[in-house]
Amino acid sequence: MSIRERLSGNEAAATAMKQINPDVVAAFPITPSTEIPQYFSTFVANGAVDTEFVAVESEHSAMSACIGAEAAGSRAMTATSANGLSLMWEMIYIASSLRLPIVLSLVNRAVSGPLNIHNDHSDAMGVRDAGWIMLFSENNQEAYDNTLMAHRIAEHKDVMLPLMVCQDGFITSHSIENIELEEDEKVKEFVGEYHPEHYLLNKKEPIAVGPLDVQTYLFEHKAQQAKAMINAKKVILEVAKDFEKMTGRSYGFFEEYKLEDAEIAVVCMNSTAGTTKYVVDKLREKGIKAGLLKIRVYRPFPAEEIAEALSHLKAVAIFDKADSLNAAGGAVFEDVTSAMYVNQKNVPAVNYIYGIGGRDTKADDIEDVYTELLEIAKSGKVENPYRYFGLRKGGDKNAL
Amino acid sequence: MPYNVKEVVGNKPSRFTAGHRMCAGCGAPPTIRMIMRALKPEDHAVVAGATGCMEVSSFIYPYTSWTDSFIHTAFECAGATLSGAEAAYQSMKKQGKIDNTTKFIAFGGDGGTYDIGLQSLSGAMERGHDMVYVCYDNGAYMNTGIQRSSATPKFADTTTSPAGKVIPGKMQSRKDLSKIMAGHHIPYVAQTIGYMNFKDLYEKAEKAIYTEGPAFLNVLAPCPRGWGYPTDMLMQINKLAVETCYWPLYEVIDGKYKINYKPANKLPIEEFLKPQKRFKHMFKPGNEWMIEEFQKEVDARWQDLEEITNKN
Repeated sequence: MSIRERLSGNEAAATAMKQINPDVVAAFPITPSTEIPQYFSTFVANGAVDTEFVAVESEHSAMSACIGAEAAGSRAMTATSANGLSLMWEMIYIASSLRLPIVLSLVNRAVSGPLNIHNDHSDAMGVRDAGWIMLFSENNQEAYDNTLMAHRIAEHKDVMLPLMVCQDGFITSHSIENIELEEDEKVKEFVGEYHPEHYLLNKKEPIAVGPLDVQTYLFEHKAQQAKAMINAKKVILEVAKDFEKMTGRSYGFFEEYKLEDAEIAVVCMNSTAGTTKYVVDKLREKGIKAGLLKIRVYRPFPAEEIAEALSHLKAVAIFDKADSLNAAGGAVFEDVTSAMYVNQKNVPAVNYIYGIGGRDTKADDIEDVYTELLEIAKSGKVENPYRYFGLRKGGDKNAL
Repeated sequence: MPYNVKEVVGNKPSRFTAGHRMCAGCGAPPTIRMIMRALKPEDHAVVAGATGCMEVSSFIYPYTSWTDSFIHTAFECAGATLSGAEAAYQSMKKQGKIDNTTKFIAFGGDGGTYDIGLQSLSGAMERGHDMVYVCYDNGAYMNTGIQRSSATPKFADTTTSPAGKVIPGKMQSRKDLSKIMAGHHIPYVAQTIGYMNFKDLYEKAEKAIYTEGPAFLNVLAPCPRGWGYPTDMLMQINKLAVETCYWPLYEVIDGKYKINYKPANKLPIEEFLKPQKRFKHMFKPGNEWMIEEFQKEVDARWQDLEEITNKN
C-alpha cells in the first residue's frame, strides 16, 4: 500500500535517501539543496539510518569522500546545487572514470556569475559530458521515484556509473505537493543490497584504484565508459518495468504528452513540463494539435527514440533552461536536432532559451511559443532558430 | 620492544615493493616503506595518494607497488578521499558488513599538502577520522619540474622562484605546517625524517597509525633533482637537516610538545645549504647576508620550539 503524503521536492529526495539507507552520505550546504543533508543528518542523529554522515568542508571534498567511500565498498550519496557542482567538477569526472555508482541529488540552480540562487539548468549542463547518468524530474514524485530507481541502474554490472537525479531548485525543491511514498520494506527489497565485485576494504583482495593511465590504456578505458553508458539504456527501462510492478507508476526515457497526434510540440525537462501540459490542454480545447515531449533520461541520451517520437511533427520547439553561449543554441537543442538529423527526421526545429536565473516561466510565454510553432509549421521555414522567451520587455522577446 | 632496524626490516616484509619509478636518491620511498612497515602484519591498510611523484611512480596501470589497497583520485583531496573510505569502514563495521581491522594512511607531497590540499587535509583532521596523513615534504612541486611551494625554504632557486639578477630565489619564508596541524588539536602530530636507522620515523609512524583519531606526520624527504645533491648523499642530507636544526624532530601528543632530538653540537646552516645546488647563489661573494638571514630564521624557529616545549 502506498502512503499518501505531502512533501517538498527536497523532503522527497531526503525521504528516498532515508529508505535507501546508504552507508555514507557526505555533503556540504548550498541553496537550494541544503535541506537534503539537513533532513538527512536528522535521520542520522535520531538513529533512523545506519549511515555515517560526513559533514565535509566543501563540495570538492563531498565528492572526494563519496569516491573514497564508494571505492571502499559502500553505498555513498550526496546532494548539491550550482556552484557546489562546479566545485565538484574535477571529481565528477573521476567518479565516473573509476566506475563508482555514487548517487547525487542535484537541485538545479543557476551557476554564478553573477550570483543567483534560483533555478535554471546551467549546473547540470556543465557536467552533461562527464559520464554520469542524468535523470530529470518534473515534480517531487518523480524526484522520489527516480531516486528509488537510481541504485538499481547505477550499480548494475553492465553499467557501474554514477547517477544524478535532477529537480528544479525552489520550483520543485521547496514546493509542497501531494506524493505517494512506498513502504520502507518494499523500498529495501526493491533497491537491494550492494555487493561490489572489488573494493578497497576487502582484505582478501587488496586493490589499487585510480592509476596513472598512459597512452596505451586510457583510450580503451574511456571506451569502456562509453559502452557502459550505452548499456545503461536497457537497464534503465528494465528497472522502470520493475518499478511499475511495485508502484503502478510508469517511466521511460521520456514522457509523451498528447504527442501521438500532435502537429506541433515542445521538448523540455523538469518542472516546465507541468506548465507546458497545462498549455497543451488549453490549446487542445481550441482545436490546436499541440503536444509535449518531456525528457527524463538526458544521459544516456535516447537519440534514436526521441527522433522517432518527434518525426511526425510539422514543427518542434526545444527548450533550454541554460544557454550554451555559443551563438548557435542550447545543449538540449543541439542534442535533439543532431539526433533528428542523424536519424533523417526532417522537422523544422527552433530553440528557446528561457527561465534563466529563476525567471518565471509563464503559461502565456509557452502559449506564444506554440503560436510561433504554428507559423513555422505553416511556412516550413525557421528564420532564426536560436531564440529567447521571458526576457523583460524592452528587450526583444523572440530574438537576441 | 626497543626498536631494532635489523629486526624490523628482517621480520616485516616491505608493503611498498620494488619496481616503482622513483628517482635514485629520493627521500620519499625509504620513508614510505618504513611507515608501511609500522603496520601490524595482520592489519590491512587503505592507502590514499595525492597526485604527485609518489603516485605517478608507484601506480602506473597495470602495475602497482602497493601490497595494501590503494586509491588515488586527484591532487588536492587525499585527505577527503581517505576520510570517505574511513567513514565507509566505520559504517560497514557498525553494520557487521566487515570484520577485519583496517588502518587508513594518506601520502601527499608538500604541494598536495601545504598548498592545494590544505583545505581537504584540515577538514579531514577536524572531523576526527581515524587516519594518518603523511606529508613527504621535498619543498617544491617536484613532479611538475621543481616549482616553488609554500614549503620551499627562503632563497631556494626553483623554476618559478629562479635566482635571477634582481630577485635571488624565493623571497618568502616556509610555512610551518606541523604547527598548523597541531593547531587542529588532534591527538598526534609529529615531525620526523629518515635518520639514525629510521628509529624516529618508525616509532612515530607506529604511534600515528595506532593512535585513535586523526594523526599527522610531516617527513622531510629530500629530492636530488630539486635540491641538487648527489644521489648517494641522501642520508647525509637527512642528517644535516636535523643536526643544523633546520628540521627539528618533535611530536605533539594531545597538545603537548616534545622535542625528540637535540643536537649536542648544533651545526651551522651552511653545512645543510652547501651541498645543495638550489642554494648555490647564496655562497656567491656579496650574498653572505642571505646565509645570515637563513641562520637567524632557523635559530628563531628552534628557539620558539624550545619555548613552547618548556611551557609544557
